[in-house]
Amino acid sequence: MQNTDTSIARTKIAIEDLNFYYGKFKALKDINLDIPEGRVTAFIGPSGCGKSTLLRVLNRMFELYPEQRAEGQILLDGEDLLKSKDDVALLRAKVGMVFQKPTPFPMSIYDNVAFGVKLFENLSTSDMEERVEWALRKSALWTEVKDKLQQNGSSLSGGQQQRLCIARGIAIKPEVLLLDEPCSALDPISTAKVEELIVELKADYTVVIVTHNMQQAARCSDYTAYMYLGDLIEFGDTKQMFFKPQRKETEDYITGRFG
Amino acid sequence: MPDKHLSTQFDSELTSVSSQVMEMGGLVESQIRGAIKALSHFSLEAAEEVAVAEARVNAMEIEIDRDLSSIIARRQPTARDLRLLIAISKTTANLERVGDEAAKIARMARSIIEAGAPRSLPTLELRYAGDLASGLLNKALDAFARLDVNAALSIMKEDDQIDKEFDSFVRILITYMMEDPRTISASLDLLFLAKAIERIGDHAKNIAEFIIYIVKGEDVRHSSMAQVEQAIQ
Repeated sequence: MQNTDTSIARTKIAIEDLNFYYGKFKALKDINLDIPEGRVTAFIGPSGCGKSTLLRVLNRMFELYPEQRAEGQILLDGEDLLKSKDDVALLRAKVGMVFQKPTPFPMSIYDNVAFGVKLFENLSTSDMEERVEWALRKSALWTEVKDKLQQNGSSLSGGQQQRLCIARGIAIKPEVLLLDEPCSALDPISTAKVEELIVELKADYTVVIVTHNMQQAARCSDYTAYMYLGDLIEFGDTKQMFFKPQRKETEDYITGRFG
Repeated sequence: MPDKHLSTQFDSELTSVSSQVMEMGGLVESQIRGAIKALSHFSLEAAEEVAVAEARVNAMEIEIDRDLSSIIARRQPTARDLRLLIAISKTTANLERVGDEAAKIARMARSIIEAGAPRSLPTLELRYAGDLASGLLNKALDAFARLDVNAALSIMKEDDQIDKEFDSFVRILITYMMEDPRTISASLDLLFLAKAIERIGDHAKNIAEFIIYIVKGEDVRHSSMAQVEQAIQ
């Protein structure tokens, strides 16, 4: 049986009437979506549907670009993160992100994981060591790197680098983890390890994953959102979405009739 | 499947496996006709043909299952495609069982003929029930090819008719056996024959249920007729 859990969960992020613009181009149209806490939610859809845009809005990644703007509300535990006066770094400590390509910092494996923690917490050396080990264990990398923590992060394989980035992401103990195509550059074995990890992570985090690989969404998410041309077409229980979606557009996409 | 996949190869694989099911269904239908003919015309030749066809039906079941496994392994079908493939697998299993029932009827016809059974036995009723059952299977295969849920519903209702025929046939046989105990042995053969025909109707009904499963995504096995009608709304 598929390892999904759609028992009642409270809403971690409530997206309300969200519109998003790249300059004059409207990339997201009136998105309303409740992302449940402690579950894996997948965004799927063809290129240009807005799934990565939506993910990036969730931790205000778009603010790097002045011509991009979001309208509407994104309530993280009831607080609108779009209107928050808090430093965006604090938001990203709560809502972490892992990107498509592994992005290890040019430093040791140990420092890659410790780097983010140092920004937010003042830990003793032994506490820091404990935290680094915890994060590496959580991301299923510990046994592979425990004897070479001082080696450069880029010396690892692609799959290991991606798990290192996940370790870095969870080391600061975020509440939400955003994964943008985390496996698209990985081989099937590394992919399987990352997918295992995603399922384990949901015990402690709310996970949102963007993926082009529909089977990946089917394998490791509890809920799936199908998007097309900036619209949220259907959102629901992953099992239901892949067995009998409610909307014909969704069915056409997941069965490969899209064209 | 009216809509095309991006992969025309996938489309042609689905079309190919669906037409194999139709071919297998046609073969099984001819088995039933042969079995009924063996019985009503006391034809050993017809009985022999049914036995020969059975080997082909069994081989087709294996071929279709092999193709299904291959499609599932390579295409990872979802939603309607997945339901279609699961339904095909179950449909072929049912068709194979119909083939077994037809072969069973042919074998019994042979033993009745060889035993020189009295021709006064009510084989006319059996022939009628046999035509009803093979007609129902024909409709089920036709509805499967067109994915017609309304036709599927009427097939499920018609199967009830065959079940009623079976009950009244049993009553007739009992009358025969009471009137002339010498017919008991042959009557028991006929009872098993009637049961085999009744089972064919049940398999046709199962196939009709899979049509609703494919189109509506609702599993209507072991449901009341009211629930089935609601499912196809």
